[in-house]
Amino acid sequence: MKLGFFLKEALRSMRRSAAPSFAALATVLVTMLVLGVFIPIVQATNGAADSVRGRVEVDVYMNTNATAADDARVRNELLGLPHVRSVQFVSKQQAYQQQSAQNEQAYELLGSNPLPDTFHVIPDNPANVLAVHSEISGSGSGSGGGGLIDSSIQTVSNKQSDTQKILEVTNLVTITAAVLTVLLAIASILLIANTIRLSLYARRREVEVMKLVGATDWFIRVPFMIEGVIVGAAGALLAVAVLGATKIALLDPLASNWTLIAAPRTIGFSVLVIVLLAAGTLVSALGSGLSLRRFLRV
Amino acid sequence: MGLGRLAQPMARTESQHRTRRRRESAAPALPAAREARPVAAVPGAAPVIDFRGVSKRYPSGDIGLDQVTFSIDRGEFVFLVGSTGSGKSTVMRLLIKELDPTGGTLRVAGHDLGQIKRNRIAYYRRNIGVVFQDFKLLPSRTVYDNVAYALQVTGGTRREIRDKVPDILRLTGLSLKLHNYPDQLSGGEQQRVSIARAFVNHPPLLLADEPTGNLDPETSVDIMRLLYRINRTGTTVLVATHDQAMVDKMRRRVLELSEGRIVRDEATGLYTRDETTREFARRMRQPPTRPDGV
Repeated sequence: MKLGFFLKEALRSMRRSAAPSFAALATVLVTMLVLGVFIPIVQATNGAADSVRGRVEVDVYMNTNATAADDARVRNELLGLPHVRSVQFVSKQQAYQQQSAQNEQAYELLGSNPLPDTFHVIPDNPANVLAVHSEISGSGSGSGGGGLIDSSIQTVSNKQSDTQKILEVTNLVTITAAVLTVLLAIASILLIANTIRLSLYARRREVEVMKLVGATDWFIRVPFMIEGVIVGAAGALLAVAVLGATKIALLDPLASNWTLIAAPRTIGFSVLVIVLLAAGTLVSALGSGLSLRRFLRV
Repeated sequence: MGLGRLAQPMARTESQHRTRRRRESAAPALPAAREARPVAAVPGAAPVIDFRGVSKRYPSGDIGLDQVTFSIDRGEFVFLVGSTGSGKSTVMRLLIKELDPTGGTLRVAGHDLGQIKRNRIAYYRRNIGVVFQDFKLLPSRTVYDNVAYALQVTGGTRREIRDKVPDILRLTGLSLKLHNYPDQLSGGEQQRVSIARAFVNHPPLLLADEPTGNLDPETSVDIMRLLYRINRTGTTVLVATHDQAMVDKMRRRVLELSEGRIVRDEATGLYTRDETTREFARRMRQPPTRPDGV
């Protein structure tokens, strides 16, 4: 009986003040649309940045006369270093096959295999690539600055400047995306809360009268919060519908025709739907409940 | 905790009113005959309203009330007069605990308003009916729903609402306006809705702040007649007004405020006379040149 009454109250006030309710609904719709587009974009950007960073590694070239025993020893030494996630071994034969496949004639001319055995050392975190590099090349803190860690190593690749650039650029991209996400979230909350506040302000005299008749704060607040839930859920649902239509009409055909573009891993659509619905409903309901506090002080 | 004790005596009077009302509706005779006998003021019992040296100083520095002391007994009909700014509205707002006094003690039905906690104010207010100059109706509700809201607030059941609301609307003469919205009503009708809302719970105390301030003299008489009828069911009525002519004709107890102090407290001779509302209305409509005409 109580819940039915509150529901009826909420519906009545939405009917009687349709314009403010519609404004709140439109605000939720627009912000949720922007969020719904923005979240996958941010994720795609972060994914791209991560995959670039994933390619950062240290290449260790062995002497051309290194034996299998040397390779095994160096492999263990490399694995023992801090911040090393894995070590990938490419034998000179494998390297020759790879390279000659790209430029067959040139390698035929050479006659013999000039390539050394190679280790690709992948750090646990791209940011640690320089530390790993200096450990291997002997300028790090651990080895006392005395040259390479093993005599059978010929050189350690020195692509410091490239690596540093990659790290800086991807860092910048990730941070920018994070800041934009936070700003957008704040803007959405403020926008929705403000619209609700305006529609409540229009009805503050009504709240005052309710208080004078002897209504408790919760008795007044609950219908407003139900109204917030309805408006928020309706706005978010509409936004989801628009997003879904766009996805089916525009994105899906694109994805199947343009398989060249590797689709970056983004949030699943169903998860996105749940996130948007929850966010729209919650912000709207809480916004109504909290904004009302001001007007309840009679 | 103060409220639990406060609610008890009030609940008792309310049930008395209810039996009285039922008897009235059982006999569909003339309005005058249907009325219950007036409850005489009981001077010995705890006063319904008791101001003891109450002061109210606003944060702006203005003095609302200055050491005001008076008391009103159960069943009384009292006018509170004075020019604007004399403190009438301050008295009303203190009584519904919209404001708190800055000095003195204020008791309603024997219980100190200062002891009522903030979250209990809503329950306290249900024991008081309030009528305002600007009616303060809910614009998004029909007449019926406006009155029903006062019952819904107290957790009244649907059955209770169906029983009581048409009853009180008949008493206030609004039976034909049930489904109108406030903006479709005249001022007098709106004020009657607000009185119906204030009285539907049968509160032991009814406050009216300038109830006729926005109304023409003829309508004002109707409103006063309605308040008098409510008073005759045993409800204590306190009316703030600056309508001097009305006060003179009514001949009830008059409290006059000036600059926050009580400057007059007198009851005129006819005060205790048992007078039906019909006689009352006839007397009220007579020209003021014959004050002793009944």
